[in-house]
Amino acid sequence: MTITEPKPLEEILGYLKDVSKVFIIGCSDCATVVKTGGEPEVAAMKETLAANGKTVVGTMIGEPGCHLLNMKRQLRENKDALAEAEAILVMSCGTGTQTAAAAGDKDLPVYPANNSLYLGQVERQGHFRELCSACGECTLTRTAAICTVTRCAKGLQNGPCGGTTAEGKCEVSPDRDCAWYLVYEAMKSGALDPLREYVAPKDARLRPGLRPVAPEGGK
Amino acid sequence: MSLRPILQSGKFIVTGEVGPPKGTDLSHVLEETKLLTPLVDAINVTDIQAAAMRLGSMATCHLMKDLGAEPVLQMVTRDRNRLALQSDLLSAWALGIENVLCLTGDHPILGDHRAAKPVYDLDSVQLLAAAKGLNEGHDMMGNELEGKPDFCLGAVVSPGATPLELQILKLEKKVAAGAEFIQTQAVYDVNMFAEFMNKVSHLKVPILAGVVVLKNAGMARYMNANVAGVTVPDDLIKRLSAAGAADKQAKEEGKKGGNVVAASIEIAAQLIRDFKPLCRGVHIMPLGWGHHVPKILEAAAV
Repeated sequence: MTITEPKPLEEILGYLKDVSKVFIIGCSDCATVVKTGGEPEVAAMKETLAANGKTVVGTMIGEPGCHLLNMKRQLRENKDALAEAEAILVMSCGTGTQTAAAAGDKDLPVYPANNSLYLGQVERQGHFRELCSACGECTLTRTAAICTVTRCAKGLQNGPCGGTTAEGKCEVSPDRDCAWYLVYEAMKSGALDPLREYVAPKDARLRPGLRPVAPEGGK
Repeated sequence: MSLRPILQSGKFIVTGEVGPPKGTDLSHVLEETKLLTPLVDAINVTDIQAAAMRLGSMATCHLMKDLGAEPVLQMVTRDRNRLALQSDLLSAWALGIENVLCLTGDHPILGDHRAAKPVYDLDSVQLLAAAKGLNEGHDMMGNELEGKPDFCLGAVVSPGATPLELQILKLEKKVAAGAEFIQTQAVYDVNMFAEFMNKVSHLKVPILAGVVVLKNAGMARYMNANVAGVTVPDDLIKRLSAAGAADKQAKEEGKKGGNVVAASIEIAAQLIRDFKPLCRGVHIMPLGWGHHVPKILEAAAV
């Protein structure tokens, strides 16, 4: 799940300061679950913008907001409202905003209503945890299915630094579990042998944002 | 001459430490270097210690060489990727630096540029392996070097950290990757350290016990509360606290104090005496109190 948070209203109104007619796009998947771009949030945004002197000429929920072909189809279905719009506000993730921009009229500005935070687990309503950073080289086998790339503040691969507190917390914050402490707790009853192996440095070419050769539309 | 012959000599090793300044005025560091050089086997130079931006370790090490010191370049993986780390190692060798201590480094969030991007492209074990590769004449990709270094490589361990089993497991990896000497995090509990030394007796590598000079009771309490893996026993805190009260009293009476400094020196000296039968040497971190190190070593009689 892509975890997002709403941008401050002042920031959004800043984008829209020279715009009076707005079309809003939400998302049927992540932003619906996270409650940053589902039906209720899109309706609330419509009211908020109206209260700030804007006219919302139409709304839709992307199915989902990151699906380019669906986005193109849905935008065609809303072409009359979009013809009136001076801007699109996307209540989804960064991928959703870019999908709307790529699918729509090139002259129509597209603005994000959310900040994209991370890939997250939904613990319960409104509570999310970052457990995976999409490093492209999953090594969860070695560490009792606890990701030290993501959950260790330094992303250490060969064992903990010296900053684990006696309570098993990370030195960067008393609220953060030391990932290596969790690995140890999970493995200590058996053999620690998988941890003894030297782990070579990661391949940055596989990391998000660092894939220099990923083709357009490729994997 | 690198630390290597000293490590192989069997003598009790003493290393010191200086921290470069925040700014360009190196006079204090170079004064401390002059003072320490005749007394210690080598002097570590910290690398952006505690993630607080400051002048670099490499330039400081180079200037210390000119004063006849044997510097140990500390190199953390927090701030540079594998290209820069390897390049800086080659540069350090070109500047006459022969010892490198490989560390991960405190997280930027603990320092004074909290929004800095943490790099950690390599960890300390991987940096040791990369440095050893350079010693062997190739970079991390196996490309051959034109001229190669011959660094004496060191690493660190925290004997008081939890869980200790993982600390030891990582220490084993560091030794296997090429660490020729080990300096420890500050230790104040001698019994705990003796136990640690028993647990790592299978590792044939010189271990230097870390001695951070306690400047006062407040610093000791701060370390207990904030430094993972470091425990200052109550009796030491009480001694420093009593010395502090005596100094205060002396000041009120217009007399000369000096009780805290004396207690601090005696505590450090006692630790060194206690460590002597347990390990190959000590690494003294005076944290700006380099001018007291001569007295500490005199009192420790090493």
